[in-house]
Amino acid sequence: MASVVLSNAEKLYIVHGVQEDLRVDGRGCEDYRCAEVETDIVSNTSGSARVKLGHTDILVGVKAEMGTPKLEKPDEGYLEFSVDCSANAAPEFEGRGGEELGAEIANTLYRVFSSESSVDLKSLCINPRDHCWVLYVDVLLLECGGNVFDPVSIAVKAALFNTRIPKVRVLEDEEGSKEIELSDDPYDCIRLNVDNVPCIVTLSKIGSRHVVDATLQEEACSLASLLISVTSKGDLTSMKKLGKGSLDPESIFEMMETGKRVGKSLHIALQKTLDEEESLGASRQKVGFLG
Amino acid sequence: RGHGTYVEEEKLIASVAGVVERVNKLVCVKALKTRYNGEVGDIVVGRITEVQQKRWKVETNARLDSVLLLSSVNLPGGELRRRSAEDELAMRDYLQEGDLISAEVQSIFSDGAVSLHTRSLKYGKLGQGVLVQVSPSLVKRQKTHFHDLPCGASVILGNNGFIWIYPTPEQKEEEAGGFTTNLEPVPLSDREVISRLRNCIVALVTQKLMLFDTSILYCYEASLPHQIKDILNPEVMEEIVLETRQRLLNLEG
Repeated sequence: MASVVLSNAEKLYIVHGVQEDLRVDGRGCEDYRCAEVETDIVSNTSGSARVKLGHTDILVGVKAEMGTPKLEKPDEGYLEFSVDCSANAAPEFEGRGGEELGAEIANTLYRVFSSESSVDLKSLCINPRDHCWVLYVDVLLLECGGNVFDPVSIAVKAALFNTRIPKVRVLEDEEGSKEIELSDDPYDCIRLNVDNVPCIVTLSKIGSRHVVDATLQEEACSLASLLISVTSKGDLTSMKKLGKGSLDPESIFEMMETGKRVGKSLHIALQKTLDEEESLGASRQKVGFLG
Repeated sequence: RGHGTYVEEEKLIASVAGVVERVNKLVCVKALKTRYNGEVGDIVVGRITEVQQKRWKVETNARLDSVLLLSSVNLPGGELRRRSAEDELAMRDYLQEGDLISAEVQSIFSDGAVSLHTRSLKYGKLGQGVLVQVSPSLVKRQKTHFHDLPCGASVILGNNGFIWIYPTPEQKEEEAGGFTTNLEPVPLSDREVISRLRNCIVALVTQKLMLFDTSILYCYEASLPHQIKDILNPEVMEEIVLETRQRLLNLEG
């Protein structure tokens, strides 16, 4: 992860501030930075989203392609995640430096979406054992300003919400071979139900309290952080510990409770923004990258 | 005609987007987003990146790392003597990698690297506070860059774009000379002032307003009705900066 060097006095100032629930930029321990979410910005994908959280900038594109189902789950489609940390995000991502972080984020996303109820994979099936939809989710890290996992999960949820998969019909020939017919209407498509898609909340332990959405400076002061994925109903789907330090079991419980609370309000705010965007429809002015 | 301009059809046109500086008939345009170009007598805030044999390398957002020679710092106790080998070994005890210092530019090397000195009691290692990094061209050149704002905090406007906000020290420690750092917890009221100032400075920078003590103060006063964390919202930011701009225009005209 990109990091900044801080003097000991600055670290002490940050730690004391967190103890008193007043962070350097005036937020409380459970406040997120101002976030911007925009969907449908990349035209040649089935769905896309861009999330800007403070200085962190994430772009996600979802492409739906035809593939064969996995052997152990013949009547379901599946998701494939790939994460690319662009060299623009931080100097240490130059060349192959960003691959480690990219692999970590991709593995985390696999774990988060490993639960059965997150995405309805059966709806992605076309012909059991023969054809199914494979959703290739590509994440691009454009700028790293602390707290990478949270906006990645927000962007993935927004992109899945925005994904439009064309409807297909399966026709049986006389000999029994199956043909797949794509419907002619480009707007005739199926949308995914993202109500149960979880969002990641990262809680960093600073001093004896924990904060949500740490900036780069705050991450430099925290030794350990807990990453939990929460659905909109408040259920946890996965949990991961990051960092070199150790976490007390009691503090893990506290952090989980905080994460559930923050996650629920995050889902509500995100859903509201997505619905607002959706209601503007085709007349919406796209800001994109040149606005 | 000067740096950042060119002549086309008898008209002087700027080649970079930035601030105009006029000295008699010399018109220069300083770009908005540049690295810091050192000038003798500037106050800078820098971070130590390396501890070398007889000097420290300081990062000041310039093209090359600035240099702080061991002979340019005040020794603890204020003695005046030649630096010996023991002083070299004790360098790390005074300034380590990552520490922040305030210093003045003593001279510039031929390759453009800046040489700093802290030979005054007002410079030295910085203690608890908040650093804001902005573009160097947004810091206005003034008589003094150390300001004690009436709202309760002090600010150092480094010419290199590093702004240091810290709680106002109660009494001036004459003997320490910037060596010992105060590690006591800062009270909550001071913290609020510092956070509000930090957000105000970030707001002014996003709206590309020049930074000097009056603009920061007006922005602080304009932001008082809002909560500290709301200042960074785009709408609130525009509102506050607009009010600041109005007051500054009234001040001039």
